[in-house]
Amino acid sequence: MAAAKLEVVRTRQEPESELHAELARKFLYYMGLMREVEDRIERKLYRQGKIVGGVYVGRGQEAIPVGSGLAARPDDVLFPSHRDLALYLIRGLTPGQIFAQYMGRMDGLTAGREGNMHMGDLKKGLVSIISAMAASIPVAAGAAMALKYQGKDNIAWVYFGDGASSRGDWHEGINFATVQKLPLVLLCNNNQYAYSTPLSKQMACANVADRAPGYNMPAEIVDGNDVFAVHEAAQRAAAHARAGLGPYLIECKTFRMTGHSAHDPADYVPKRMFEEWAGMCPIARLEQRMEENGWAAREEIDETRAKIRREADAAIEWAEQSPYPDPSTLLDRVYES
Amino acid sequence: MQATYVEAIRQGIWEEMERDPNVFLIGEDIGVYGGAFKVTQGMLDHFGERRVVDTPIAESAIVGAAIGASFMGLRPVAEMQFADFISCGFDQIVNFAAKCRYRWNAPVPIVVRAPCGGGIHGGPYHSQQNEAWFTHTPGLKVVLPATAKDAKGLIKSAIRDNDPVIFYEHKALYRRIKEDLPEGDYTVPIGKANIHREGKDMTIVTYSAMVYVAEEVAQLMEKEGVSIEIVDLRTLTPLDEETILTSVRKTSKVIVLHEANLTGGFGGEIAARITEKAFESLDGPVLRIAAPDTPVPYSPPLEKAYLPDAQKLLEKVRWLAEY
Ligand SMILES: Cc1ncc(C[n+]2csc(CCOP(=O)(O)OP(=O)(O)O)c2C)c(N)n1
Repeated sequence: MAAAKLEVVRTRQEPESELHAELARKFLYYMGLMREVEDRIERKLYRQGKIVGGVYVGRGQEAIPVGSGLAARPDDVLFPSHRDLALYLIRGLTPGQIFAQYMGRMDGLTAGREGNMHMGDLKKGLVSIISAMAASIPVAAGAAMALKYQGKDNIAWVYFGDGASSRGDWHEGINFATVQKLPLVLLCNNNQYAYSTPLSKQMACANVADRAPGYNMPAEIVDGNDVFAVHEAAQRAAAHARAGLGPYLIECKTFRMTGHSAHDPADYVPKRMFEEWAGMCPIARLEQRMEENGWAAREEIDETRAKIRREADAAIEWAEQSPYPDPSTLLDRVYES
Repeated sequence: MQATYVEAIRQGIWEEMERDPNVFLIGEDIGVYGGAFKVTQGMLDHFGERRVVDTPIAESAIVGAAIGASFMGLRPVAEMQFADFISCGFDQIVNFAAKCRYRWNAPVPIVVRAPCGGGIHGGPYHSQQNEAWFTHTPGLKVVLPATAKDAKGLIKSAIRDNDPVIFYEHKALYRRIKEDLPEGDYTVPIGKANIHREGKDMTIVTYSAMVYVAEEVAQLMEKEGVSIEIVDLRTLTPLDEETILTSVRKTSKVIVLHEANLTGGFGGEIAARITEKAFESLDGPVLRIAAPDTPVPYSPPLEKAYLPDAQKLLEKVRWLAEY
């Protein structure tokens, strides 16, 4: 490979084909659904005490899992972070299952063993979040290694935040993957905070992507609140990885429009940052673009929203009917049975 | 003055920082945010950035840097955001800090604070009581206070100690426990158990949040005419064997209780020492009560079934009382 370079690509030209209109409708649906499901989780069910423990959402970051998740092939393997709910929805898990998961019910993905975003489903190519930040990177490298070993042209996609890139596992995993030229796409959501820690206390470089040249890995920075930009970058990254050229990093600049978790009022974030980024909402931007390009009329967008709300209503009702795990099953599943 | 468990730890750290300019704090989100559980709240404002160091997410760097700084005369107090993530700094703790004194006679006066324990619906990654990872490592001191008074006195001792101390703070106690603290500067010695409650018919050896489960059961059994003595270990390594054996020799019956899961838990060590050294005094088998050998489940009914509680303890206490 030639000397590593840092590409900064911001997609601005408007795609016009019917294909793009079709894609835009999909983007809108999944971004809207993620937003709605997480709003219900954080602002309703958690506050009602129906969800206990930690709640982490990706409000304002929906373009990242949606743009990339729809660029991934259905049989690629995904390693979501705790702010990538849409990846689960794209892979066909239902909002009902997600609500049940959060409420500790049997119809969640973990039969109540785990909570919130700590879930996975190998049959759907979704590997569970590892709570220790960045621990997923070496694991994703291993999955990519297996795909290469098996001669498949599938790739692994691993998601993480800016903060995770400080951990040794991040560096070990990436170094290994680049040495081995593994088919791995690395997606960073740089939302500028790790819990309360701003970027300036997290790293001495300006971008997570600045670290890529040290690994001789191509990287690009995209507007993470522009779902088309994320999608196109993801396609480039996937093509690179699928062609056997090794890992590829995409840094999505975005902002966490919430506290670290539901209990965190995020007083440490300057108010003006929330205000600024409110104007960059990836969903509102997509809707505007759809209208401007004549891809959808306002009524159609409103109808999508209404449909999503109905879906969420029904899903919560369904999830609340789901039983809690039976305490007599406590010892199950520690080993194969 | 009444203080919560979290406030007691905060006071202890604060006083030590006032007393000794070499004491400093290092960890994630401990500055502006005051720590995930607010133990270090207000410290950044008072002591400044030099002494309250917010780090990247890098537990190995936090522990390693603490060790290095300690060689130069500083006394670092490192915070793990959750005891569960201590695994990310594990090598520095067990393979370096723990062995320095033995290998090359270098003191490592660091404290690694670790918020631990279940009952907060944290699930498998935010609930562990993993002290046995460290009690198996010679060279570390492992401290788990149950009361606010002990929490303050022990954090101060830990900071003054010249060996590495893993200081477990139980998350479910932070705001639940409130009590009067002694006035002024006091410490509680590391390596010394406390008779939390005196009794004559049976001993419960326990520590951390389980002290309160034992207390609840002791009160209930008192009404049934069984007098229970509670030994709160406070420190696991070095172990205060004498206090355990003295109590067992007095009561002749003993239950060892802990929140960590059974197999390989520290309770096994205590039970073995009792049978080795006080066998003739025993009027019944040494029983252990601990969580089952599973990860800590998230869903409330499962977590309730998982955690040792008064009901589970009561059953064994009654059985042993009858024995
Ligand atoms: C190894 C480790 N240390 C600490 C934590 C506690 N923690 C959970 S999320 C988080 C911040 C993560 O920040 P970032 O990686 O930027 O992701 P974001 O939450 O911003 O999406 C921290 C410190 C953890 N999960 N893992």
